[in-house]
Amino acid sequence: MAIKEYKSVERVFGPLIIVDKIRDVSYNEMVEIETSGGERRYGQVLDAMKDKAVVQLFEGTSDLDTKGTKVKFLGDSMKLEVGKGMLGRIFSGAGKPIDRLGKLVPEDRLDINGAPINPSSREFPREFIQTGISAIDGMNTVVRGQKIPIFSAAGLPHNELAAQIARQAAVLKGKENFAVVFAAIGITAEEARFFREDFEKSGAIERIVTFLNLADDPTIERIITPRSALTTAEFLAFKHDMHVLVILTDMTNYCEALREVSAAREEIPGRRGYPGYMYTDLAVNYERAGRIKGKKGSITQLPILTMPSDDITHPVPDLTGYITEGQIVLSREMHRKGVYPPIDVLPSLSRLMQQGIGKERTREDHSDVSNQLYSGYAEGRDLRDLVAVVGEEALGEREKKFIEFSDRFEGEFVSQDRKENRTINDTLSIAWDIIKTLAEKDLKRIDPEFIKKFLKK
Amino acid sequence: MGNIIRVTGSAVEADGMRGNTMYEMVHVGREGLLGEIIRLEGDTAFIQVYEETAGLTPGEPVRGTGKPLSVELGPGILRSIYDGIQRPLEIIRGEHGDFILRGITVPSIDKKVKWHFVPRVKKGDEVKHGDVLGTVQETRLIEHRIMVPKGIAGKVQKIEKGGFRVEDAVCAIQSGGKVHKVPMMQTWPIRKPRPVDEKLGPEIPLLTGQRIFDTFFPLAKGGTSAIPGGFGTGKTVSQHQLAKWSDASIIVYVGCGERGNEMTEVLQEFPHLKDPKSGLPLMERTTMIANTSNMPVAAREASIYTGITLAEYYRDMGYDVALMADSTSRWAEAMREMSSKLEEIPGEEGYPAYLASRLADFYERSGRVKNLNGSTGSISVIGAVSPPGGDFSEPVTQNTLKVTRVFWALDTTLADRRHFPSINWLTSYSLYTNKLGDWFRENVNREWPHLRGKAMSLLQKESELREIVQLVGPDALPVSERVILEVARMLREDFLQQNAYHKVDSYCSADKQFKMLHIILEFHKYANKLINSGKTVKEIMDMDMVTEISRMKHLAEKEFNQMYTRTIEKMKGG
Repeated sequence: MAIKEYKSVERVFGPLIIVDKIRDVSYNEMVEIETSGGERRYGQVLDAMKDKAVVQLFEGTSDLDTKGTKVKFLGDSMKLEVGKGMLGRIFSGAGKPIDRLGKLVPEDRLDINGAPINPSSREFPREFIQTGISAIDGMNTVVRGQKIPIFSAAGLPHNELAAQIARQAAVLKGKENFAVVFAAIGITAEEARFFREDFEKSGAIERIVTFLNLADDPTIERIITPRSALTTAEFLAFKHDMHVLVILTDMTNYCEALREVSAAREEIPGRRGYPGYMYTDLAVNYERAGRIKGKKGSITQLPILTMPSDDITHPVPDLTGYITEGQIVLSREMHRKGVYPPIDVLPSLSRLMQQGIGKERTREDHSDVSNQLYSGYAEGRDLRDLVAVVGEEALGEREKKFIEFSDRFEGEFVSQDRKENRTINDTLSIAWDIIKTLAEKDLKRIDPEFIKKFLKK
Repeated sequence: MGNIIRVTGSAVEADGMRGNTMYEMVHVGREGLLGEIIRLEGDTAFIQVYEETAGLTPGEPVRGTGKPLSVELGPGILRSIYDGIQRPLEIIRGEHGDFILRGITVPSIDKKVKWHFVPRVKKGDEVKHGDVLGTVQETRLIEHRIMVPKGIAGKVQKIEKGGFRVEDAVCAIQSGGKVHKVPMMQTWPIRKPRPVDEKLGPEIPLLTGQRIFDTFFPLAKGGTSAIPGGFGTGKTVSQHQLAKWSDASIIVYVGCGERGNEMTEVLQEFPHLKDPKSGLPLMERTTMIANTSNMPVAAREASIYTGITLAEYYRDMGYDVALMADSTSRWAEAMREMSSKLEEIPGEEGYPAYLASRLADFYERSGRVKNLNGSTGSISVIGAVSPPGGDFSEPVTQNTLKVTRVFWALDTTLADRRHFPSINWLTSYSLYTNKLGDWFRENVNREWPHLRGKAMSLLQKESELREIVQLVGPDALPVSERVILEVARMLREDFLQQNAYHKVDSYCSADKQFKMLHIILEFHKYANKLINSGKTVKEIMDMDMVTEISRMKHLAEKEFNQMYTRTIEKMKGG
């Protein structure tokens, strides 16, 4: 299609412009804008009408005027140049190299919006990923091809945890076919540097593709940053058979960018001003994870989001939880107690756990052990609340044991060093050691056979 | 024939559309994307498009088809997986690869396969709409009954026998001066309920093999149930369990705006799971609609109607159909999205004002009915609801509860402590309990309703006692009440909790449910007796019998029956 250039910008508002007196502009078409000062920016058509179009600008509308601004409609939807050479490189949120290492030699140009995976092409994920973190491996096991977010809040060590997972889960196993795609969405330069240094130290830097949209970068670019990252991940996983771990941080910033565009378009807002289509929009990103029948690679997603005022019912964690296959919830209370990682296992969940554990995957007693830890810990926590009211003397022998059990669970099982990489056997041994605290008849969740085999008196 | 004048997301406006009708199916743009007219204003039509609209340009053509959005009905529906507008995903995969692109046209039912048609009528018989002309063995489990389509009545002039494709005529019917050639396949518009002779009342339970449902909050065949819950409370696992174990003949599973991997799980698991009655794979009675959350939102809106129309078709053959819709909230959100694109005045929380009536229309397509052909069939509908923040006061949950008769309330606190299924036994209800009591009395045990009532009141009592314990500690309670606490705990842990992933516990027969409940309630009497003879609560709870009771759910039926007889005898004797 021929490229059409116009100088008819009619309105500039928020991140949007309206271009008038145009013809043959397609929905979702990519747009190149040249300001009067000669600067080039990119955008996308949100509303295509017969003679005008609403365009969203990824790099903001400052310095735009309604006189000299040139608008070019490029005749195609937004594409990302991808190639294996992206490994080890750093790109802007929109996919431009920003590491002064020159241009990328592209193998392909892919639509950043992707296309939905046919549900009947999906392979159900069952391959256990050992993260070396007991609260995850033992209680909320993650499998290759899963999407599981970390629900965190300001001031909690979600970055340390994500970096530790990336380091331990992936690097040790099968160096050759493994990659990390890291997308920074509106985080600070300092946080981005933390990840960078951590990856460098672990020697994995050449296996990592980074997309950076920092806190001071244009807000609207945040809308395409995860799309760039996931397009790259799909390319590496399904063209080059790699196991790709995608870290998206922080999805709350992404949602705020969506809200900004929605507000500028004067759409009817949903909960807390976020647009009504946010569920679909998030799903389009989160669903770009998984495995495909007959392909070796996989995409595992680890999005991080910070819950505004620690509220898990806030639309961002709420909608995310409805889409992802579980969640890992960090708790301020555990953090204050000095537990690292401060994972609260009770609201945490891995939906794909049951299919990823057991005989030949982890160990035959895994499912029962984790159920027992859950119910014992939940009971212990309830009793702790009761102690606060009635005092410890009011409790019986059995109750005291449950309290001891839950203290040891937090102190020995959940707690571990930032560098500690536990095998699944380590994790389960610690679990059995704690389970010893309880009387055998209280071990209702464990098959008597396993008690015989694993419980060392 | 019109032209596009505006494109925003899945909403397209076109002019030159005078003469086209509301809800007419149209082909949009040069690629012929499927869409449906949802508003007409003079010359202009508003169209919701069921496929990705990126790249559509104003000026491109829009062609009407003269027909409303319809599904194809005939043998080949079972064991298939469709998208929201009945395109078979397996075939799309074969022809177009692992990602769903747009502008794909594939037939809903395979037109090339030959089915063996066995006639049920003979030349000269008078037939009318709905009458069964003949049968086809669709799967090993299900006999597909070919019915006279709407608008045809008359005398059978010719009837075939043998192998035919779905579009081949198998019967010629003479009415008036005209002869209608009737193939096995027919079509039906998805937004229009298929007619029935009359609606019947619910009398038979839909047994699900899940203790909390069957014993405490039973659903009737032809009934409706809502299962709302926040994320992670186990809506989908519950829906899967119902699809696996409920004693319906046909299962229609609608994955509406949910996860792709969940549909894959069903697809990969069902062929290996055996129907408890026939021993044949569950897939043989199942059809699936998968419009996952990342697929076009307009097709999500249609998926619910596609599902219920398929269900009605099998009901018309005289089958008991169960339809699971996961999740109706995503369907409501799809309506909200379209409504907002049309700039309609929003009702509560941005949902369109017609949300309540659309929900009611959908659930009203359920029911136990006498069909036009005289057979009896039913559709039970189980709708999952995903309330934002787990808050049941939101519009979709509230409007659903107005029209459904069973409420299975999922509870985040229970889920957090891994009490599954995390159905709250105090807030849930079933309006069928009394009606179905008779059935349970006659078919399982005379004592069923009585035991159920007793167990319920123990659980109710427990919740009151727990409030007291929270204030003063357990020691302040009299011994008999401490026994109640222990027995209620048994009810919760040893009866209500059921492990969907355990090979035995996943399905529990009605007989076993009754006996398990019986053991626990007998234990209550027994414990009181022991207390009177001087034993302490601790001594009682340390008995081996308690451990045995806690393990009964994992015992296979035969082993369990022995344990049951032994335990009851011991308690009655001692």
